[in-house]
Amino acid sequence: MKTTQFPTTVEGVSERVAGFIAHLRYNGYRTSVAETEKTLKALPLIDIEEHQQVKLLCKTICTSNKNNFDDFDELFDSYWFNRGREKIGTASVQEKRQTRNRQHQPGTDSTVSTEAEGEAEQPETSDIDGEASHQADGRLVASRIKNKEKIDFRELVTPESIQQAEQLAYLLAKAIRDRRSRRYRASLRGNRLNLRKTIRDSVSYGGVPINLYRQQRPDRPVKIVTILDVSGSMTVYARVFLSFVKGLISHDTKADAYLFHTALLRIGDTLRDHDTLRAMNRLTLMAQGFGGGTRIGANLKHFNDQYAQHCVDGRTVVIILSDGYDTDPPEILADALKRLSKRNCKIVWLNPLKGWKDYEPIAQGMAAALPYLDHFAAANTLESLAALEPALRKL
Amino acid sequence: MSWKELQQDLAASCYIASNELAMAVYLASEQQRPLLLEGEAGVGKTEIAKQLAAIHKTNLIRLQCYEGLDANTSIYEWNYQKQLLRVQAVRDSSSDEIESQIFSEKYLLKRPLLEAITQAKAPVLLIDEIDRADEEFEAYLLEVLSDYQVSIPELGTISATSKPLVVLTSNGSRDLSDALRRRCFYSYVSYPDTETELAILQARLPHINARLAEQIVRFVQSLRKEELEKKPGVAEMLDWAAALSGLGVAKLSDNPTELQATLVCLLKTQIDQYAVPQMVTERLVAQVVE
Repeated sequence: MKTTQFPTTVEGVSERVAGFIAHLRYNGYRTSVAETEKTLKALPLIDIEEHQQVKLLCKTICTSNKNNFDDFDELFDSYWFNRGREKIGTASVQEKRQTRNRQHQPGTDSTVSTEAEGEAEQPETSDIDGEASHQADGRLVASRIKNKEKIDFRELVTPESIQQAEQLAYLLAKAIRDRRSRRYRASLRGNRLNLRKTIRDSVSYGGVPINLYRQQRPDRPVKIVTILDVSGSMTVYARVFLSFVKGLISHDTKADAYLFHTALLRIGDTLRDHDTLRAMNRLTLMAQGFGGGTRIGANLKHFNDQYAQHCVDGRTVVIILSDGYDTDPPEILADALKRLSKRNCKIVWLNPLKGWKDYEPIAQGMAAALPYLDHFAAANTLESLAALEPALRKL
Repeated sequence: MSWKELQQDLAASCYIASNELAMAVYLASEQQRPLLLEGEAGVGKTEIAKQLAAIHKTNLIRLQCYEGLDANTSIYEWNYQKQLLRVQAVRDSSSDEIESQIFSEKYLLKRPLLEAITQAKAPVLLIDEIDRADEEFEAYLLEVLSDYQVSIPELGTISATSKPLVVLTSNGSRDLSDALRRRCFYSYVSYPDTETELAILQARLPHINARLAEQIVRFVQSLRKEELEKKPGVAEMLDWAAALSGLGVAKLSDNPTELQATLVCLLKTQIDQYAVPQMVTERLVAQVVE
């Protein structure tokens, strides 16, 4: 939980603004001294007594992408109104700080009205053993859950195999990604002469080719989108699969990952966190609070509606890691996959059960999905993951 | 001018801006920094640049980005033909002399970016769909956007005579580099809510029947909640409203067949047109017509 309390001891606007910028940085924004300076320069342009205006101003200056733009209001309120809210979607790292914060009174800044008091304290993390329950809107709020429901992935697999899974995934991702187009395209430092353009250009020099233009085959990297099932039936595999997914996407800024149980969450940015432990803790939090049914169809539909447009195209491999046990009717899954496949992507389904002896894909969901898959493979052991490489290379 | 005044000015020239957008535009023009606008297609990102030019009574210089856009077509290019003619005309003078002649501003073709910083009155520079241009081009832009200057090896650095108000738009087809984002003020333009959209419609088509206008806006708002591949934007809504009022429709429920036919203004893919059959249209109309 990353909270920054309102600095009651601090005097003056500039220090408070600097504190606010630090608070944003602490919450994953890319803000720095430059933003503090911009904000302070811009403040005289508006009515500083009106907190609504100040919020709009800071929002314009400090946000730089849609995610930031969406969470900003909450972070603004948490700092200036001292609501003690935590970072959206983080693991519980600093509960002690959190508890301490809760004893703080709202700030004394004149721009801050008293409305903060009433809605300020909602039940939040209270003890270190507390676990997260997941709310549908993607925000994590820690709450008390009985200890016995705690799922510890670490007991199920050894650290070495987790590491190995990540390494394997990295190699796989490399195998899938490395693609070159057959065509040539103009390029400043190409390895071949672009004759057509050079000759065309030479006309303006009276037929003397003074400018030599070059061309090369452009990289057409394949994008990897992973959708990971962490429902009850998959918990045994969840930890190792998470590492696998992390390996798949961590060296590629275009790759993306999603996790679902009863709801769908985007985890690409969390997984790219260079602090592996923190990332894993966050994900463990995200993966908890389920245990009910798996809604593969509905979640894929959600994926189609919300994310597919931006992250799936003809050069994308969508990897679904799931056992195919769906509580929704199979038609929904089939429809969702059909729509997804219309985006001309490759769909790979890795099913841990397929590695079992005598497994037949008779789970209704799995049977409905089969016609739309480009590759269907087992994924219950590290060896089976390693065996994927030749197949994925061919896609 | 305060940001509220700017918002009112925009409204007066038929652009209803949200508070966030108005503040972003205001700060960008006061602090002379570029403004990066992201959002779905058809929410009025490009339009705001046009309206800003109208408000400030200045030129709008537009640079439409595309894959493969390079410095030659966006910043400057030497007029080779003219240079060559010159060289042939003064064959007998010394080469240094010729060189200093042909690499002068007279032989420079200004492309939009250079054009924008050499104007007498600061223009509005619209760099449209920056996400379509290559990453290399972003790097060119950085120099122009942060220092408002262009370096030409043969001539030296040309600094801005006036700093243009730069508006960049992006549809998110690729992620922009952090370096570019950091130099800009940012605002995300989302679909307007019902009241705002109604205000937009009434500002743009003042002669439209008030009851029809409300029905149109509520219909489009609920259509956006349907599962569509491409949700209709504000521009589509305005087209549709113009079509309906041109057809003399007074109430959406008047002629269902005709209404269904006019949906071509809103639904731009085959799948979406299948997804909204007559039955769905009628259900949506029933909700908005009481």
